[in-house]
Parts: sequence; structure tokens; C-alpha cells
Amino acid sequence: MPLILKVQNLSVSFNDQEVIGDLSFELEQGKTLGIVGPNGAGKTVLFRALLGLIPHKGSVHWAKEAKIGYVPQKLTVERELPLTVGEFLEFKSKNKDKESIFRALKSVEPRWHDEYHLENHLLKKRLGILSGGEFQKVLVAWTIMDEPTVLLLDEPAAGVDIGGEESIYSLIHKLQKERELTILLISHDLHVVYHYTDEVMCLNKTMLCHGIPEEALTKESLSQLYGKDTSVYLHKHSEF
Amino acid sequence: MSYFDSTFQLSLIVGLFTGTAAGYLGSFMILKRMALVGDALTHVALPGIGIAFLLNINPFIGAFVFLFVAALIIWRLEQKTKLAVETLVGIMFTASLAIGILITPEPELFEALFGDISKTKPIDAILAIVLAVIVTIIMRRIAKQLILGTVSEEFAKASGINISKINLIFLMLVSIIVALGIKVVGSLLMGALVIIPAATSKNISPNFRSFGFWSMVIGTLSTGLGVWIAFQYSLPPGPIVVLTSIVFFLISLIKK
Repeated sequence: MPLILKVQNLSVSFNDQEVIGDLSFELEQGKTLGIVGPNGAGKTVLFRALLGLIPHKGSVHWAKEAKIGYVPQKLTVERELPLTVGEFLEFKSKNKDKESIFRALKSVEPRWHDEYHLENHLLKKRLGILSGGEFQKVLVAWTIMDEPTVLLLDEPAAGVDIGGEESIYSLIHKLQKERELTILLISHDLHVVYHYTDEVMCLNKTMLCHGIPEEALTKESLSQLYGKDTSVYLHKHSEF
Repeated sequence: MSYFDSTFQLSLIVGLFTGTAAGYLGSFMILKRMALVGDALTHVALPGIGIAFLLNINPFIGAFVFLFVAALIIWRLEQKTKLAVETLVGIMFTASLAIGILITPEPELFEALFGDISKTKPIDAILAIVLAVIVTIIMRRIAKQLILGTVSEEFAKASGINISKINLIFLMLVSIIVALGIKVVGSLLMGALVIIPAATSKNISPNFRSFGFWSMVIGTLSTGLGVWIAFQYSLPPGPIVVLTSIVFFLISLIKK
């Protein structure tokens, strides 16, 4: 598979403090890369640098066919914000056509198949009153409306209840298969990384491990990443 | 008083057009949580008006120049840091109020602080119509980008929106409308014209479309009715316009 992303010697600093230092990696088209690391490790900063939103040193090179969709870390929308799901999605649709909205919604949640029901319920709801899972799915729907080839997902299941979490990840998996997407996924959940990614990268300012999950996530690399007490994490993945 | 009195008609025109545009812009100020910054911003107009009086030019121009410079400063501060903006805005704007009070000639000071729509000249009415229409049209064009920015700046930027440019355009529109509105309600009360109709509309609107629409309608009704009542009973229009909008706000609370 051809490369879709090549990062060389990427460094990001805020006020002279280095947040990411000398990071280099490559990603092939159609692969799913999981990014793990403790809080403050620079995971979200890495995404922002990959998106070109913040100044950085080194090079980030996306292949021509890369069309990036980004779902940021849990957004909090004010409950009272007078913006409905329908209006939010209409911002993205060309000529405000309902078809593309319905298509995207059906694609993220099979239960959202009844157009009449969507029109009169979900689309009329305010963004602020959606549940965590619904909101996250609406964000994903928004993101896939213009047919991206790459998805950047930052903790997509944060703020989603346990049942919903599973459905978010199986949704991502399904989208990846159907649309042959390349996915970069930040997650604190090693279980998810084992289950859904082809490659994993441990990040704590710099890269501490990289490779297929079974090989990269060793007891040593994890204790280096999270500190000594990693029994919890290791226990989780031993379920597989 | 006759309804065909030209002063009344001119005042009404200025009031209606300014009220409509201010209401619409206000809806975005509320969404961007700029209500207080916006209110403080209006005070910056005062030294501008003072200087305009001293130089004998249209006070609108003086007010606009000062407002726009202040808006630029806010914009720069917002880009640099999110933390200190409020404090700095508070200091800068009370300072300009103090300077404005010192330099504005006594007879005009009251007018600049509380507005005096009854001195409206035809040129003011034309200015109000043209600017209010232009501001409303531009606002409609940037509405989508602006609201995405309020949902999440990161998200909007990643969608290819130049948030910083949109914010600058928005602040410029706010400066124009505030400079216009000072004629109606004065620099002390101008904040009300932007904030109250939008706050009212927010109480009754289920979605974004109706939010913008009702902000405009309530802005129009507040200034229209306010100016009419003020003329009817020979009261100062500024406070009456503000109190009218507050009545609408109270009614909206019942519905909420």
C-alpha cells in the first residue's frame, strides 16, 4: 500500500516548552493507527500539528489523495445553544440537500434509517441536548459528509456511556471497512487499540513504541509510558 | 406631535434600521459569549465622539474609528491569550469612558452618553439605512462560519474556516452598528440594544433560524415602539427604547 502520511522530525513547542520532540513515522493508506499515551503526552497536539493548525518544526507530508476529516475530543456544546442537528448538518451539505444528510446519518447509525422520523425528531433536536453517544455520531456524520479519505479521531468515546462506547468503535470499524479509510485514533483505552487498530504508537513527548499492537505494547513499553503501575492496562488486554 | 413630523420620521427610520441590525448582530454576540465585552466596548466610542465634536466632524465617524481600533485590540488579545482579555478590556474601556467625559464638551456630553435621536438629520437616516443593510447582508454571509466557530474553534479551523478573519469581520460589523446605535440610545445604553433583543429571542427560539429572525424582530419592535412612545409622551428616547426591550425580555421569560 502507498504511504498516505509521512512525518519527519516533528517538534512542537509552546512557550519554549517542548510538547512533542523529534517525532518521525509513516502511515500506509487504509491502515488504522492507534495513538496511546498518558494525559499531557501531546496526543491532541500531534493531531493539531498534522492538521496544520499550530506552528511546528519538521515536516508533515500528506499524500495528494488525503482528504482529512477531523472529530475533535469531546466538545461541550451549551445546552441552550439554539442550533439544531439539522441546521448543523446543513452547514456541511451542498445546496442544503437533505439526501446527503440522511445518507451520512444512516451510515453512522443503522437505527437512523427512517427519514420521516429523523426529519421530525433527531434533526429538530438541539445539539446541546443530545446524549454523548448521539452527539459523537452526529459529529462523525458531519465529518464523513464530504467523503474524507482520512479520519482523525480524538478520544471518540469520551463522554459516551459504556454501551455506547462499543457502538462508536464498531461504527469506526465499519466506516473504515466500507470506505477504505485511513484512521488515526487517539485512545486511552488499550482494549480498543488492541481490538481495532493495525498499528499502535506510544507517545509521551516523543515516540516510545511503534508497531503492531501485540508487539509494541509490551510490559516494558507500557511501564515506560505510564509509569510503574500498568497492571490494570495489561489485565485489560489479557482478555483477548 | 404629528406623525408626519419629519424629526419623528427620521428618528423612527434610524431607530428601526439600527434596531434590526443590532438585534441580529447581538444574537451572535450572545452565542460568542461576548455580551459583557460588547457592552464595555460601547463605552470606547465616547472619546471618539468627544474628538469629533471638537473637530466639528460627524460624531459617527469619531465613534466608529475609536470602536474599530478597540475591536482590533480585542481581536489581537483574543489571538494571543484567552485569559487576560476580560480584565484588560475592563481597564481599557473604563479609562476611555473617563477620558471621553473629560474631553467631550459639556452640552454634547449628555447626548453622547444617553443618545439624542431627536436631533437626527436626513444624512443620519440615509447612513443608518445603508449601513444597517450592508451589515446585515455581510452578517448573513459569515453566519455559518461564525456559529461553527462557537461550536468549536478547532473544528471550524479543521473545516478550512479562517476563524481569525471571520472574527475580525464580525468585530468590524459590531463597531459599525454600535457607532450607529449611539445616536439612538447613547454610549452608556448601547449594549442593551445588542444584548437584550438577542437574549429575549434565545428564550423563545427552538433553532438557529428563528433565533436570528426573532432577534431582528424584537430589535425592530423595541426601537420602533420605544421611539414612538418617547415622542408621544415627550420622554428621552434612549431609556425608553431600552425599557421597551426589557419588557419584551420579561415576557419571553414567561414563555420559557
